Amino acid sequence: MMTKLWKQWKASGLAMAAIAVTAAVAVAVPSAMAQRDPAYEKARAAGQIGEQPDGYLGIVGSATKEVRDLVTDINIKRKAAYTSNAPQGSTVEQFAFATGCNLIAKTRPGEKYKAPDGRWLTRDSGPPVRDTRCP
Amino acid sequence: MTRTEIERRWTVGGRKLAILGAAASLAACVQVDTPDKPIEINLNINIKQEIVYKLDGDAKKLIEQNGDIF
Repeated sequence: MMTKLWKQWKASGLAMAAIAVTAAVAVAVPSAMAQRDPAYEKARAAGQIGEQPDGYLGIVGSATKEVRDLVTDINIKRKAAYTSNAPQGSTVEQFAFATGCNLIAKTRPGEKYKAPDGRWLTRDSGPPVRDTRCP
Repeated sequence: MTRTEIERRWTVGGRKLAILGAAASLAACVQVDTPDKPIEINLNINIKQEIVYKLDGDAKKLIEQNGDIF
């Protein structure tokens, strides 16, 4: 009887621990998500991918499947972010464009970005070539 | 030519006409109208400068709050 009770206690204790671990992970994830994935950072720095005026990532030249999947994944997440955060009175496309202006402005020297004429340019120390409507 | 033979020929001719008519109407059904203008895909984003300026603050906030995807 005593051992049975102990077993029950142990089982519920394990379940509690599992719940606690899950909760801890759930809490820890948002702060970890604030950082770029190393593979994403690497592809950016290598100029395999770049920022487009429409607020999405683009592939520069030919890329590996990993890089293409990475771009697709991030662009889906970006679209979701634009969709859920577009202020009243603006479209998702417009909000994405306004964000794209900022994202191109934020590129670091060596990173790629797409100019309004469609060319992929490498960011240097000077200001990037952006759409005339960008602030 | 007997009267019945003439009548029979008329009927045959009528049937042929009916078949021709049906074929013609079928042909009319199959006809597809092609658009005279080519399909255009507009890649230009419809946004005025004042809207971009207005959205700038929200855009900056979005980037800050989603450091992993930007």
